Amino acid sequence: MATEVKLTFKDFKSDQEVRWCAGCGDHAILNTVQKAMAEMNIPKEKFAVIAGIGCSSRFPYYMNTYGFHTIHGRAAAIASGVKTANPDLSVWVINGDGDGLAIGGNHFIHLNRRNIDVNLLLFNNEIYGLTKGQYSPTTKEGTKTKTSPHGTIENPFNPGELVLGAQGKYFARTFDINMKLTQDILLDAEKHQGTSVIEILQNCVIFSDGVHGYYTDKEMKLDRQIVLHHGEKMIFGTNNDKGLVLDGLKLKVVKIGENGITENDILVHDAHEENPFLHWMLISMKGPEFPIALGVIRAVKASVYEQKLEAQISEAKAKSSIKNIDDLLNSGSTWTV
Amino acid sequence: MTEKIDKVIELDHVVIRFSGDSGDGMQLTGTLFSDTAALMGSGIGTFPDYPAEIRAPQGTVGGVSGFQVHFGHNIHTPGDYADVLVAMNPAALKANAKWTKCGGTIIIDRDAFTAKNLEKAGFKTDDPIKEDKLECFNLISAPISSMTQEVLKDSGMDNKTILRSKNMFALGICFYLFNKELTFTEKFFESKFKKVPAVVAANKMVLQAGFNYGYNVQELTPYKVAAADIDNGTYRSINGNTATAWGLAAAAEKANLPLFCGSYPITPATDILQELSKLKNLGVKTFQAEDEIGGITSAIGAAFAGNFAVTTTSGPGLALKSEAIGLAVITELPLVIVNVQRGGPSTGLPTKTEQSDLLQALYGRNGESPAVVIAASTPSNCFHYAFVSGKIALEHMTPVILLTDGFLANGSQPWKIPSMKDYPEIKVPIAKQGTEKYMPYLRNPENLVREWAIPGTPGLEHRIGGLEKMDKTGTVSYVPENHQVMTDLREEKVARVANSIPDLEVIGREDSELLVIGWGGTYGHLLTAVQDMQKEGKSISFVHFNYIKPLPANTREILRKFKKIVIAEINNGQFASYMRSVLPEFTYLQYNKVMGLPFTVSELTDNFKKILEEK
Repeated sequence: MATEVKLTFKDFKSDQEVRWCAGCGDHAILNTVQKAMAEMNIPKEKFAVIAGIGCSSRFPYYMNTYGFHTIHGRAAAIASGVKTANPDLSVWVINGDGDGLAIGGNHFIHLNRRNIDVNLLLFNNEIYGLTKGQYSPTTKEGTKTKTSPHGTIENPFNPGELVLGAQGKYFARTFDINMKLTQDILLDAEKHQGTSVIEILQNCVIFSDGVHGYYTDKEMKLDRQIVLHHGEKMIFGTNNDKGLVLDGLKLKVVKIGENGITENDILVHDAHEENPFLHWMLISMKGPEFPIALGVIRAVKASVYEQKLEAQISEAKAKSSIKNIDDLLNSGSTWTV
Repeated sequence: MTEKIDKVIELDHVVIRFSGDSGDGMQLTGTLFSDTAALMGSGIGTFPDYPAEIRAPQGTVGGVSGFQVHFGHNIHTPGDYADVLVAMNPAALKANAKWTKCGGTIIIDRDAFTAKNLEKAGFKTDDPIKEDKLECFNLISAPISSMTQEVLKDSGMDNKTILRSKNMFALGICFYLFNKELTFTEKFFESKFKKVPAVVAANKMVLQAGFNYGYNVQELTPYKVAAADIDNGTYRSINGNTATAWGLAAAAEKANLPLFCGSYPITPATDILQELSKLKNLGVKTFQAEDEIGGITSAIGAAFAGNFAVTTTSGPGLALKSEAIGLAVITELPLVIVNVQRGGPSTGLPTKTEQSDLLQALYGRNGESPAVVIAASTPSNCFHYAFVSGKIALEHMTPVILLTDGFLANGSQPWKIPSMKDYPEIKVPIAKQGTEKYMPYLRNPENLVREWAIPGTPGLEHRIGGLEKMDKTGTVSYVPENHQVMTDLREEKVARVANSIPDLEVIGREDSELLVIGWGGTYGHLLTAVQDMQKEGKSISFVHFNYIKPLPANTREILRKFKKIVIAEINNGQFASYMRSVLPEFTYLQYNKVMGLPFTVSELTDNFKKILEEK
């Protein structure tokens, strides 16, 4: 048993001045990540934080860990190399919605498909912030931005659906301001072997302020959010009296105590179910018909890329009579003069 | 049957070209012939020439696949023109007769010369010899298909399977013609088809039948080809791509680091990734990425994480990787980028050779973005230059672009197997845990190299990235003066690599009238051309560049000794433009060709003679 690593969130703060706008959701996420990492029982030098380009991608500079601020869209691919080359590291990718899903969309889906043990935080504020306010792949249709003065005419991605479509095994969702939930998810994602995607709905105070306001409204949020826990009933609401049931092949919100509905009728969340269809419906829920699903929605055990690669290497090394380059050069067909 | 008159044609070297439909197995036939010739003491140069399509329309000129073998004494090229052409169908004859020497021998499969096949090949009459004016050749019209069928009529195999062996009949004829033993090829059958003894037996029978046929045909006069002057040692046949893969693996071993290759399949570089993927027994990790950018960026991630990281590609892939190479430049991470050049621009000529990515390798990035550029010059020295690329990347903490080309990649040579004990150590500047705070851009004052702090090492946590960094400390910096300092440091660091590379050597006298300059894969043709002219007493010398950025330290000193300088390269003059910018005091003549083909020795000598004649 490894000895306990005693760290506090302060150990993860770098000496760099944090330069995000006042009120930016990234500040809360940074603090939460630092707190969570201090509790992971992992030595600080084993963390590698990899980012692409965008506001959120400055993240590594503020973390007193090994960090790499790379190029636009490529963080997932770079992190794939980091983890494959050095599986001993705890690798964290910081992505925005533009960085991760537009220019980096290809790497995002293939990371999920390969199931490399990387934790990817997708900061989703539905806007390009660093370039000052253009629509992104997650911007809702009709939104007016600097490059869509008449409203966007594009369908947005729902990142969780993309994860499922790419055969991803882990997807969780949280809000920047819900630090407790975010921290719980981060700790869970770290333990999960394989790619973990955590969508953090983040508020950009400058260019998309209030974009998630419908769900985070102080008065209404308990009716508009459902936090899913594996093995527990899908119950939510200010009075804890609403639940989700299956009505045919669709989800439906019901009220416990009405129309003969009892707690027994409410679905139990199974994050470990391999079949993605219920997870898909949960990920797709949106208001006003449904609450938005938060928490660990999908966490399915599956074989992990770098572990399979290491196994192939061990087997090849054990079986082969070629132990070094000299052996290799002299293998096969040779002749002596 | 009358005995053949016992005569032979003695030659210093011979070129044989196997050609047929792309499904006729010509690459294998050629490889087996060249391996046998090498094994029996010849020098060898080979050149496969095949279409980009896996199965181009059967019987058409577009679908012809060729494999040329040059063997004998003092061989540096696959040869210009063939002494012997094997043409398995009319299309092969149509496409390759022009590459055959007048007076040479052409062996055709008579059975394939049907009206339909002649038409497919574009012949307008039923007499291809007359139509294409091939009367100057010694034509051997052999019933290759029908004799193969005859040999295997009792084998129980179906006709289609039987005809698959006809290339071995042709090979048997050539083995007779050049007095080669069949044992090597027979052993190849035994290992390749060890699970199907019937196929082993069938191929052996057909090979022997071809050999016997050659013996019995009056018009075929056997050749005696001079042996090479070969040093004692153990040899193997190797092509450029395999040599590159193994050279990279050798650098990893000497550096005592794991090798990581992030790559994406692209002709003609794919074989390097394939070869490396076989080396799991040596701990090599290959990552076949989702695209070219994923290939290099995963490699950059692996470099950050402490592996010896490489990526492999060809021209269009290098273009896609350019932004990421800039990241490796600014973060000063070790990385080898192998670019197997092919015909361009765009998709261009994927299976053909060219040297037209030189300027892309030197300058094809945003910003002032210096990287080391090295070029291999023979199939087998791809091993050496891949090793050296790794050594420079790791010891100087810089991306290195290694240029090879389709000609080197697919060409093969006998190679005296080196011993790794004769290769130098690679001393990697890995940062050790110390009392002082690690600063990512603190440099060794001598070579300006920074230390590499590998994630997982306690106390060396740090951040690097694509934003400009403060000198020494590595914090993000927008200070104007600092950008100048860092830009100059990056350039000077690459320039100082010149202190650890060998001097340029002149082949020939240092007071010749004409200096021929080449770089990369044209070495064999240029060397042969210059040596041929030197033998004729011409005042000509030769230097060949393997180190392009930085240039060898004595380059200026050498060039100043010559009155006339000509740069020969397979592009429109990219090395010439580079030389004009770095050493502008000299006048550079040019000889260029952009046909997707290597130089021929004869075009080079013709051109150099003209230059010598001009006053």
